[in-house]
Amino acid sequence: MDTLHPSLPAAPAPMPRRRVFAAYLQETRAECLRYLRSPSFLLPTLLFPAVFFLMFGVVLAGRSTPEAPRFLLASYSTFGVMAPGLFGFGMSLALERDNGLLTLKRALPMPPAAYLVGKMVMAMLMAALITTLLQALGLALAHVQLQVPQRLHLALVCIAGSVPFCAMGLLLGTLVKGQGAPAMVNLLYLPMAFLSGLWFPLQVLPPLLRAQAPLWPSYHLNALAQSAVGFDTGSAWPHLLWLAAFTTVVLAIAVRRLRRHG
Amino acid sequence: MDANGEVLASLRGVHKRYGALQALAGVDLDLHAGQVLALLGPNGAGKTTTIGLLLGLLRADAGQVRLFGQDPQQLAARRGIGVMLQDAALPPTLKVGELLRLTASYYPAPRPLAESAALAGVEELLERPYGRLSGGQQRRVQFAIALCGRPRLLFLDEPTVGLDLPARQRLWATVRALAGEGVAVVLTTHYLEEAGHLADRVCVLMRGRIVSDGSVDALRARVETRRIRCVTTLDADVVAAWPGVRQAQRDGARLDLASDQAEAVVRRLLDADPALSDLEVQAAGLDEAFCDLTRDDSVASSDLREAA
Repeated sequence: MDTLHPSLPAAPAPMPRRRVFAAYLQETRAECLRYLRSPSFLLPTLLFPAVFFLMFGVVLAGRSTPEAPRFLLASYSTFGVMAPGLFGFGMSLALERDNGLLTLKRALPMPPAAYLVGKMVMAMLMAALITTLLQALGLALAHVQLQVPQRLHLALVCIAGSVPFCAMGLLLGTLVKGQGAPAMVNLLYLPMAFLSGLWFPLQVLPPLLRAQAPLWPSYHLNALAQSAVGFDTGSAWPHLLWLAAFTTVVLAIAVRRLRRHG
Repeated sequence: MDANGEVLASLRGVHKRYGALQALAGVDLDLHAGQVLALLGPNGAGKTTTIGLLLGLLRADAGQVRLFGQDPQQLAARRGIGVMLQDAALPPTLKVGELLRLTASYYPAPRPLAESAALAGVEELLERPYGRLSGGQQRRVQFAIALCGRPRLLFLDEPTVGLDLPARQRLWATVRALAGEGVAVVLTTHYLEEAGHLADRVCVLMRGRIVSDGSVDALRARVETRRIRCVTTLDADVVAAWPGVRQAQRDGARLDLASDQAEAVVRRLLDADPALSDLEVQAAGLDEAFCDLTRDDSVASSDLREAA
């Protein structure tokens, strides 16, 4: 026995890397399960973009030019994939800060990044469901013509495109607390969709409104989604760079706030 | 007090302030393996702050907090602890088994799921969604979550609120068994009876300081107060003014007194009312001891303030 340091307690056993990885997997699995089983989250997230697309893209625009449903498929996909990040992160973080779950998780030896990764994968999974649903509706009901590579391209844009909104939701979740969160998220979500030209083409908006659109991440994601379905929106790089920069900055502020204030 | 167990966590000269409020003012505390420590004190005394520091949720303004020799904010240190907090709303749509599996995944060498479930008495609930459980069942699940990682240090914040008596006794038995295996347990509770049953050691916090630290018997012995009950026609307000009487109240035909000079008070009672009957004198319970301790302190500190 080491008599020189009799009072030093043995530290807990080190965690093998395999088990740390398992903790990430379990956290992600739990996060996905709990939202897939929660109709109040799942139904609006899937139904809103689907219903809007059916109304405007299939019923109203279906009889005009063949371009219109294709254009609206991309913009409602963008609209749809904003929600899981904003609500999944923003609302749940705001609630969990309030109801003690986040405190418990911070006291437990959960790897802190697992919490974020779990919610992010959940948002990406929802984005995949949304784009699959909208593409199926577009192909079956609005006769949208898309090649397989285009369909995969749109799916990829939608899944990766949910990440900037995860960052935004996370920041929002650190700013508001408790039951007011859903209202706050909607207050950002719906105007942002309108101001970045997802509901009305920017060309029909006044010049001042048109000029501010590129401030929003949804504007850039929409440009990428439009390009995926075959509309020319110029080079993808400025949009990608803007989204990457936006995500990094917002995420950094949010993580800093989370560390400081919990 | 059993101080033989290895020190698993400690606070040394810890101060913590929230704005103008001094939550902790120089606290020293050691948590020993195999010891059940009850942390008592009125609301706002600093119990939550003490636990929050040991869990790494808060950072001390001054002094040192150590958990397994490390900073509690280190993830590695927290792999040795299990936590049951007073109000944590677990995800209602997850099943109990899923919650246990998830929490166990945070630990290097967790208990098998069945063992955690059996220790907390939730074997029947594993397939049920957490949100569909009763308050008492949820509490038991939270206890299972606290012990599923095979922690060497267990934090239980008001663990038996909402539990019926059998469930409470079962939890007590499990806590005693874990302590017997060398687990250190920190318990906060409003039920002094619970502290009396369960704790090897009782620490009383008042205004951010530890005012008493010792065994349950030692805490009782610190207090001279005894309880006197008798059937008499004497007026409670009159008796309350006697020297040595701390408190007097009427309970039907009975008079109920708290006294720190029981012999003298009994003599005077018998003199004042020859018809007095059914006389009982009892040693102080833990709750009298606790009231006594916390009242003395408030009197002392208000005296100090007046003197200053």
